[in-house]
Amino acid sequence: MRQSLIHWFKYGSPQSFYPLAGRMIPWFWAAAALFGIAGLWISFFVAPTDAQQGEGYRIIFVHVPASWMSMFIYLVMAFWAGLGLALNTRVSAMMAQALAPTGALMAALSLLTGAFWGKPMWGTWWVWDARLTSELILFFLYLGFMALQAAIDDPRRADKAGAILALVGVVNIPIIYFSVKWWNTLHQGSTINLTKAPSMAQTMLWGMLLMALAFWMYSIAVALMRVRAIILERERHTEWVKHAVE
Amino acid sequence: MLIVSGLACSRGERRLFADVGFSLDAGEWLHVQGENGAGKTSLMRLLVGLSPADAGEVRWRGEPTPCLEFRRDLVYLGHHAAVKEDLTPLENLRLSAALDGIALDERDALAALIRLGLRGREDLPVRVLSAGQKRRVLLARLLTRPAVLWVLDEAFNALDVAAVKLLGELIAEHLAHGGMAVLTSHQPLPVPGGRTLVL
Amino acid sequence: MSAFLATVRRDLLLALRRKSEVLTAVFFFVIVTSLFPLGIGPEPVLLKKIAPGILWVAALLATLLGLPRLFAADHGDGTLEQMALSPSPLGLLVAGKILAHWLLCGLPLVLLAPVLGLQFDLDASALGILTLALLLGTPLLSLIGAIGAALTLGVRGGGVLLALLVLPLYIPALIFGAGAVEAHIAGLEVGGHLSLLAAMLVLAAFFAPWATTAALRIALE
Repeated sequence: MRQSLIHWFKYGSPQSFYPLAGRMIPWFWAAAALFGIAGLWISFFVAPTDAQQGEGYRIIFVHVPASWMSMFIYLVMAFWAGLGLALNTRVSAMMAQALAPTGALMAALSLLTGAFWGKPMWGTWWVWDARLTSELILFFLYLGFMALQAAIDDPRRADKAGAILALVGVVNIPIIYFSVKWWNTLHQGSTINLTKAPSMAQTMLWGMLLMALAFWMYSIAVALMRVRAIILERERHTEWVKHAVE
Repeated sequence: MLIVSGLACSRGERRLFADVGFSLDAGEWLHVQGENGAGKTSLMRLLVGLSPADAGEVRWRGEPTPCLEFRRDLVYLGHHAAVKEDLTPLENLRLSAALDGIALDERDALAALIRLGLRGREDLPVRVLSAGQKRRVLLARLLTRPAVLWVLDEAFNALDVAAVKLLGELIAEHLAHGGMAVLTSHQPLPVPGGRTLVL
Repeated sequence: MSAFLATVRRDLLLALRRKSEVLTAVFFFVIVTSLFPLGIGPEPVLLKKIAPGILWVAALLATLLGLPRLFAADHGDGTLEQMALSPSPLGLLVAGKILAHWLLCGLPLVLLAPVLGLQFDLDASALGILTLALLLGTPLLSLIGAIGAALTLGVRGGGVLLALLVLPLYIPALIFGAGAVEAHIAGLEVGGHLSLLAAMLVLAAFFAPWATTAALRIALE
């Protein structure tokens, strides 16, 4: 037990995490490509054309996984940030910082694909649907996290302030989500539910799952690359970085 | 009583100091010296627990700080005036005591202000006082707050000759009553005894 | 507890000596709500429909206006350092400051809202619900806002950043606060809205001072 604890703490130091991350990155890229190809193949060639929505519905193979990932990444980000705050491990704070842009990208992708889907389906780019609105707020939360970290010069303070914000956000996300949902049901009439596609076929579900896995692997790969860059930047005055870069 | 060991501090990439250690017993004081930017203020802030140290620890009565007992026994006066411009010296003194949870009646507060040469100024807003007088309002807290350890960062700045002498007397009295003090300053201090730590 | 009350008293006394700062937020609230009829037109039916939303959004922004000053003055003159080192728990002092902020920036809005509601042709019972909802909601705004104010303390472009951090977190309060008045106008039950607002207030009263204190300690490092 004690041995394994020490083992984990060893990878908590930037110096030993840097090469480990470097070794892991290609694997995650490979997995992302594999799942992506399989997912795209199912979503374009295997999944049947929707009777009501035609071919346009296929955008949900990007939209739904992106929405899932945007929420999931916020949780993971808050987890790493909280861990960094509690245990003062630098790498976990850097992980949180590295995840934020990918999370924001996923939220933006979800909003964008939602709009592209909405235009042919309902004739409008934007509907105040509960999920779209929550996604928009989540996007704002990501922007706030990144803006706060960028505005603070001292990286140690930026990490801690960001961690508190991420934790406050995580407590608030369910409250925001349910309040938006409630608001939406209160103002019935303009409501159109995005995810209740009529009778989701089994193949569609498989396509979505594969695409979600691809997005997941992509997110890990990109976050690890970003974390390596952050480690180099923050540790640039240390001996090992000077050796590593040479 | 106060034991400091192995303190290290860096600002950004620059290591300010490492392995700073000292101890103080009742009636002793330490004069922290060093050039501008040597880390005197950083050391003071580490000592009182405002910023975390890279390494090392501060123990007060055997307990690692920050603990409640340490905060109860500590007065820290930093570079800032830490007085409210819109309040009078008397209000400043009494409200800061109330915030610390200490009962301070008007007579004692007034006596402290008079001792610091602010007779007749106690009901003026601090805004109209000079920088040196503001400093004296802050220093009055040394008299109204029952503390054992005084940590004074550049407390002799902006004071006139009489005030420097007065503060020296206050510190000497404090030490004579079993108090301790950690002071930073560039000039020699008018306080007898004491050890020196050069950063 | 006495330290808590002393903090409230001190902040109220300070505000009394600088009346203009408190009045700014109140005037802002009045002016913003009065601009909407000018921009939209004096149609009573439409105004009545949008009144709850407008009054609530204006209250949100007016609260936001006072937030940067919540800790900035104490941070600037070193009083905050003294608070952090005080024998009294910092969380208690922070809670006192938040209460004082609400008394100065939130309560005036609650008291003014029924008067401003008259501009929008709200009837007496709707005005009552509006006041009650604001009474529950504005302390929530102060509590959540304090976290943002502490996080952005002494940070470049703090004011704008504060809005970016805090406004998304204000959304539930806005939805249930304005929703209560709308539901009442539509003839629906408002108990659910108000109890949810109260529940969020209790939750925030427990956690916000704690998170604010943690953020302040970080800002002081």
